[in-house]
Amino acid sequence: MVGFLSDRPIELAPLVREVQSGERGGIACFLGAVRNHHGGRAVVRLEYAAYQPMVEAECARIVAETEARWPVSIALRHRVGQLEIGEAAVAIAVAGAHRDEAFVACRHVIEELKRRVPIWKRETYVDGTQEWVDPTQVVQAAAVSP
Amino acid sequence: METELNTRTAVRVLLFASYAEKVGRDALELTVPAGSTVGAILARVRAMPGGDTLPPRPLCALNLTHVGPDALVAGGDELAILPPLAGG
Repeated sequence: MVGFLSDRPIELAPLVREVQSGERGGIACFLGAVRNHHGGRAVVRLEYAAYQPMVEAECARIVAETEARWPVSIALRHRVGQLEIGEAAVAIAVAGAHRDEAFVACRHVIEELKRRVPIWKRETYVDGTQEWVDPTQVVQAAAVSP
Repeated sequence: METELNTRTAVRVLLFASYAEKVGRDALELTVPAGSTVGAILARVRAMPGGDTLPPRPLCALNLTHVGPDALVAGGDELAILPPLAGG
């Protein structure tokens, strides 16, 4: 059984090995890491919470849809639990015969993951306060800030 | 449909992250008329103490699949009310 969620640090190299093969010459990777700032506030760590069974179901659907649309093989992991600054939150490796399908499918996977997969992020700020991140609010704040 | 409305069915409702904190719980069982919509169940949850802090049309998933407010709920279903997603 494939587990898309991991409570241990995520490494990219094992994902690349999962999708590599002799006929796949283009491998695109995306690594999303924990940022030390958000909305002008200093972030010291964060926690990812997940609706675990749906994360597994939705990630499986995204991988299957993407592999049906482009001739690629996909490996995907998302971290859950407490993370420090710079740690990998999400890792994607996509292998195809050539780079075009690898890049476009990799981009598709991360965009669909952000749009569809039920994961939430609680940031801890330098002053000790915590907040659940609402990306719909972040967009509005970014739009009005100078 | 009228005979269906006479029967009632149990639905499990899950709340996560900020929504679980607002309502003060992460799971509840509701008994609703068979054939209820997701929207009708949302209205029940929003009528509970703390429930009015939830938005009128949050993201919802029925049995691990995203659905809209018109989706029909059957006995034993699991309805998850999802705060804005922040993965990746």
